[in-house]
Amino acid sequence: MLLPAVFAASFALAQASADKTAADKRRSGYQDMGAALQKMQDDDTANPGMLFVQLGQQLWAKPAGAANKACADCHSLADMKGVAARYPAMAKDGDKPIDLEGRVRLCRTVNQQAEPLAPESRELLSLAAFVANQSRGLPIAPPDDPRLAPFRAQGAAIYQRRQGQLNLSCAICHDDNAGKKLAGVTIPEAHPTGYPLYRLEWQALGSLKRRLRNCLIGIRAEAYPSDAVEYVALEIYLMDRARGMVFESPGVRP
Amino acid sequence: MRAGLLVAALIASIAGTAWAQGASPYTVVGDAISQPLADKPGDPARGRAIVANRSVGLCLLCHSGPIPEERFQGNLAPSLAGAGGRWSVAQLRLRIVDGARLNPDTIMPPYYRTTGLQRVAKPFEGKTILTAEQIEDVVAYLATLKE
Repeated sequence: MLLPAVFAASFALAQASADKTAADKRRSGYQDMGAALQKMQDDDTANPGMLFVQLGQQLWAKPAGAANKACADCHSLADMKGVAARYPAMAKDGDKPIDLEGRVRLCRTVNQQAEPLAPESRELLSLAAFVANQSRGLPIAPPDDPRLAPFRAQGAAIYQRRQGQLNLSCAICHDDNAGKKLAGVTIPEAHPTGYPLYRLEWQALGSLKRRLRNCLIGIRAEAYPSDAVEYVALEIYLMDRARGMVFESPGVRP
Repeated sequence: MRAGLLVAALIASIAGTAWAQGASPYTVVGDAISQPLADKPGDPARGRAIVANRSVGLCLLCHSGPIPEERFQGNLAPSLAGAGGRWSVAQLRLRIVDGARLNPDTIMPPYYRTTGLQRVAKPFEGKTILTAEQIEDVVAYLATLKE
């Protein structure tokens, strides 16, 4: 009686450590950066993304729209902890998943009854960065919502599919050749640990969607329209793939 | 005369279905294309410039090569150094034109194919990555890389 119990316990332990080893092999883009950029991300007074977080904090408290309500009138900041680490999620009463920016936009038009925030606009990214920053340091934890499963599968399929004039898939670079150099740049494993994040190349804060568009354009594929479900499907897949990794927003990347 | 026109029309219609997309027909024998794709012989100097150009040849994104002035070179694929010693001109040609004919899993983009591709961006739709002349230039350059 004792023996199976001991076995079960040691097996569970081995499983846990195997999972940990497997998890430890994944690398955030942060780990591929030089020390100077890592320091820039880690230091809130040097991280350019924090300027957007601060702007987002102001917008969070500012009433808007016909409802004349601020985000803060409905949401406690404590409730925002962990939200970004689990998005995308199904929209309430909706049949489609939305990402964090989509959630903010929906709140803006439906609840605040305000003008929609344009995709990739400074206001939208700032609000998203402020909410995302509340999850900094938490493990990425996508919800176990069965309604997300078909979208996750769609995202996985897109990830594996060759596209564009260069006939490449996400997986060719970010699974099969991650860590190698594309020109001078280390190919990251494409874990969305830091979004919205500040890219020096953009000289701006940007969303994961913007990053996905960049890659599509790079392989000379037709970028999806900005409201396409394909992006959210990819985001769901990538967040699931990064499950358990530490959420870093606002990240800094080259 | 009439027969000639007919042949021309036939070729045009074939071209219209299969090769109107920016690639002319070519013949693969074994693992090679022995006939040049263009009338003019390739120019190694132009080929070198194409290989070095990150938005034209794109070669150095994945390959390294003996082009020291280009500092940031890739390592996803074998070095181009010695390519002309490893492969004949005809073999090089097919590997650039459509490497997937030799290895369906290759990550090498098909430089002279417009079919079987998905979701190609509008500006590139129906266009090959390099023209026939450019491929001949690149082949001529690679052939000089004997070691």
